[in-house]
Amino acid sequence: MVMSAVVEEAVMDAPYGVAEPVRTIEHAAEEINGSFSLTDVSVAYGAETVIAGVNMLVPTRAVTALIGPSGCGKSTLLRCLNRMNDEIGNVRVGGTITLDGLDIYQKSIDPVDLRMRVGQVFQRPNPFPMSLYDNVAFGPRTQGVRKRDELDAIIEEALKDAALWDEVKNHLKKHAFELSGGQQQRLCIARALATKPEVLLMDEPASALDPISTQQIEDTIAELKNMVTIVIVTHNMQQAARISDQTAFMLRESMDQPAHLVEVGETKRMFTNPDDRRTESYITGRFG
Amino acid sequence: MKVTPTDMAGRHLGRTTRRRAAEAVVRTLVYAAGLLSIVILLAIAVFLFVEARRSMSEVSLGTMLTSTQWFPTGTPKIFGFLPLIAGSLMVTAVALVVFVPIGIGAAVYISEFSAGWFKEGMKTVIEFMAAVPSVVYGFLGVAVLIPWVKETFHLTSGMTALTGGLVLGIMSLPTVISISEDALHAVPDALRQGSLALGNTRWQTIYKVVVPSASSGIFAGVMLGLGRAIGETMAVLMLTGNAAVIPGSVFESVRTMTGTIAAEMGEVVFGGLHYSVLFSVGLVLFAITFAINLAADLVLERQRKRWRR
Repeated sequence: MVMSAVVEEAVMDAPYGVAEPVRTIEHAAEEINGSFSLTDVSVAYGAETVIAGVNMLVPTRAVTALIGPSGCGKSTLLRCLNRMNDEIGNVRVGGTITLDGLDIYQKSIDPVDLRMRVGQVFQRPNPFPMSLYDNVAFGPRTQGVRKRDELDAIIEEALKDAALWDEVKNHLKKHAFELSGGQQQRLCIARALATKPEVLLMDEPASALDPISTQQIEDTIAELKNMVTIVIVTHNMQQAARISDQTAFMLRESMDQPAHLVEVGETKRMFTNPDDRRTESYITGRFG
Repeated sequence: MKVTPTDMAGRHLGRTTRRRAAEAVVRTLVYAAGLLSIVILLAIAVFLFVEARRSMSEVSLGTMLTSTQWFPTGTPKIFGFLPLIAGSLMVTAVALVVFVPIGIGAAVYISEFSAGWFKEGMKTVIEFMAAVPSVVYGFLGVAVLIPWVKETFHLTSGMTALTGGLVLGIMSLPTVISISEDALHAVPDALRQGSLALGNTRWQTIYKVVVPSASSGIFAGVMLGLGRAIGETMAVLMLTGNAAVIPGSVFESVRTMTGTIAAEMGEVVFGGLHYSVLFSVGLVLFAITFAINLAADLVLERQRKRWRR
């Protein structure tokens, strides 16, 4: 949070007339990594605005949880951060989203490059129909890594980070579909980590898994937050309380108005002493 | 009104019996309809075999399959299938070269790049292509392709394996396109999303994830297109020149198995040796198309299992 503030100040302090140096995704990656700043963000599907007025910071090397009832736009907001909404026609994102001070919706940004920095893990495990090795090697190969020993090292590291290495190290040629659901999801985490992202977006990553697999995913997240910024959408309040540092509560109060951010803050405080009554009702299970 | 347990039981029982009878009738009808197709297929095989028996005993299947000459009306009569098999294979090979790239390309375009009314329109047009009678494709070949092939390659005749193969390729396109498109459509969207989220472009996603994931379905489409091409009769009869000689290149005239049967069946003595030999040709053709379709089916089944997780 602090770091991103510094960048914004630097930009604002730049004297008029002095051209700002051209910033690309690569430049930004060297400076600081993985903090988002959302200013007055709105999302519209065609004529219908579904999210409006979201202001929040996503601090680096921490877990931010997005919670709220079904249909409140958590996943939509998450998908703004790696511009996956671009892939659906007719979606417009308003306001400003910056990654380490860089506006990710400006014209010069190629979403394809952005997605190498901002990885995503989906609700249901979606391994590609190929071997474990090829799954994890997929991203690095796209980035141009071809040497076998380099790939081997990246894959071992990613699988270790995703806490899957010990289970699969002797079966890397196995087809990904032979793994259990929980293993497949950790494989997808490893696949996302292999491109060395600074941010990992997780859209209810454990909702399709059994309790033990969920536990393993949560343990993995706890380890990963030392390396990457994590933004996680979850339906499970206990999960948000267990694993996140910051929680954002979203709500769409009626179908006539867009969803908005009710409250965002330190998880511990949100779950013990929320500012807003609606947050309290939701957290204590009175609706949603 | 009070309903006693006995009433309940009696009413319930009555309805069940009637329902059970109706169900049995429907089941029998559906079963019979399903069985009929198997019976017809078996009947065709048996019928072909019975009619071909005379040629098998008088000429022998081995001789027919290995002899390189086809002189059914000469003296002596020679019944060698090799020129016919070679003719069929050559036009089919040309067709394959046409319909594999165009068919897969069109399927990828329809499935991955088009949307809305245009996509539906394309699919309708493809279906319409399949409904055009083959003799009409033959006309197209006669009017356009025969002169074009003759001029372009400086040949004495435009009736060649190439001409027939090109038209066969076009005729097989609907089969290849619709089956490949189905296979591409069946690839879960989650895989495309996963690939895009890893920083792949749309095109990289298609050739690295979507097409490989659909490969068995695409393969099945190609096999079915192949079956269509090898079994087609009218267009090749009109376009290939029908010389029963083992061709040296695609620029020579060829005679296919189907074309032979269609052309000669009207002139043979019913029940004679030549008649019986033509049934042997039919049997060989039946075996080839059956094998191709079976292979395609097996591959399709494997793909279905793969996505059923």
